[in-house]
Amino acid sequence: MLAMNYRGPRRVRVDQKPYPEIKHPEDAIVRVTRSCICGSDLHLYNGNVPDTRVGSTFGHEFVGIIEEVGPAVEKVKVGDHVLVPFNVACGKCIFCQQGLFGNCHESNAQATAVGGIFGYSHTAGGYDGGQAEYVRVPYANFGPTIIPPDMDPDDAVLLTDVFPTGYQAAEMGGIQPGDTVVIFGAGPVGIMAAKSSWLFGAGRVIVIDEVNYRLEFVRDYAQCEVYNFREMDDPVVFIKKLTDWLGADVCIDAVGAEATGNALQTITGRKTLLQAGSATVLHWAINSVRKGGTVSVVGVYGPTDNLVPIGNVVNKGITLRANQTAVKRHLPKLIDHIQSGRVSPKAIITHRVPLEEIADAYHIFSEKLDNCIKTVLIPPSAGM
Amino acid sequence: MENLAAKYTHIKGWGIDADPSNDPTYPLKYHMPTEHDGYNWERPVQQSQDVEVLQSIERPSLPAVFGTSVAPQGLSGQIRRYAFKYSESHYGHWLPLLLADRVNMVEGLVDDLKQGHIPNIFAEKGWKAEWKYNPVGLVTKVATTVLITTAIFAFVTRKKDKR
Repeated sequence: MLAMNYRGPRRVRVDQKPYPEIKHPEDAIVRVTRSCICGSDLHLYNGNVPDTRVGSTFGHEFVGIIEEVGPAVEKVKVGDHVLVPFNVACGKCIFCQQGLFGNCHESNAQATAVGGIFGYSHTAGGYDGGQAEYVRVPYANFGPTIIPPDMDPDDAVLLTDVFPTGYQAAEMGGIQPGDTVVIFGAGPVGIMAAKSSWLFGAGRVIVIDEVNYRLEFVRDYAQCEVYNFREMDDPVVFIKKLTDWLGADVCIDAVGAEATGNALQTITGRKTLLQAGSATVLHWAINSVRKGGTVSVVGVYGPTDNLVPIGNVVNKGITLRANQTAVKRHLPKLIDHIQSGRVSPKAIITHRVPLEEIADAYHIFSEKLDNCIKTVLIPPSAGM
Repeated sequence: MENLAAKYTHIKGWGIDADPSNDPTYPLKYHMPTEHDGYNWERPVQQSQDVEVLQSIERPSLPAVFGTSVAPQGLSGQIRRYAFKYSESHYGHWLPLLLADRVNMVEGLVDDLKQGHIPNIFAEKGWKAEWKYNPVGLVTKVATTVLITTAIFAFVTRKKDKR
């Protein structure tokens, strides 16, 4: 079968790899019909996530048709078209019982801090991902969810990560009616966080980024205010001025380790890896939020250390909330938002690319060429 | 709560200010009666291990299910095995893993050549797309690289001439 093959920082290609095997009674094999490149895949692509092994296949956002099931699989059957949450979650451990499906304790041998994630390095469990024709899906009784018959697969694939992550970012903000929410990052997750903030009753939604075409998109898509941080002296002072000099009620970090905007953070976090990615956005968020406010972090950082103003978290009484998204928990509500027409995730898809052209697709997405916002990869065997 | 209170009668004032609504994890986390029972849930069936899987020393055993995408091998594998002697809280864990990733990149090139495959690094880096959507940027990048390489070469050569 064809699958993406990581060869080293910023080098990927498509190769023939063996068809995946059932390794556990609750496994399923899924024929991928759509997969996406996620902003967090860029951390892997750039070689910033420790234990990313050459030969790995990335891809944690995918939907597909069940081709084969293990003897203990009862909840899905061959032929079902399913969306697969990016979390590999057992549904039985204490963390899954508590709804923390991004923190499953039965899916990652290599690290305890994070649960298993498809195609996201051995630090996240060593699973091959969905940027392939076929993929092994563990815990098929729990994770895969049958796509409603009236739902477009392009909407469904964005329910595997992007929409739930943007939604959970807003949820973790604890947004109260009338709150001012500032979202750093106009990438796919930031766009969905902006859209979701209104669902929680925000009074004002502001998005900050440096890429004008993305700002224009989110302004129209999520009816929010947008500002380019390259056009301001100091984003923190700018936000203070915008918010009557008090700061935003909620700040959301929808960027993570690849942030630009501060030379010291860029050099130490992205170029030399002296810290676990550039913490520019987290720094801005902590300093821009009002006293007693909430900073919600869904941007991904590496597992070591980052330079953040933790003293100001204490001094301002900030609540800092973060997690890998528990996709499964959000699905009933988000499926309803799509079916009722309140949110159309597929509107953020700008590029549909054959899986065979994955190297170009990664480069376009990474370098923000051709006004790219979200890329969907279509394997030759997708059949749709 | 009442059951617990009976257990802590020897501590004066135990739980007197407890407020279940003071929960900063809401709505992420449900509270379960079993959450303080430790490593004691009904575990899924254990996946059998047919490849080497490195295991964090912060857990007592393998999880029920694990990934098997690329087993540790070669020099990078040796470095990774060393890294897993340390906890996730230790630089001795993460820095060797980053080193192993870079070594692994070279091993990948050697493996390609051994199999008679000369990797098309320009294609793997997506330069076709760069040429299509950002030709000026690509030309600038190539010209800068050539200039810097030439300058370094000229500098090194000049030093050698002086000797």
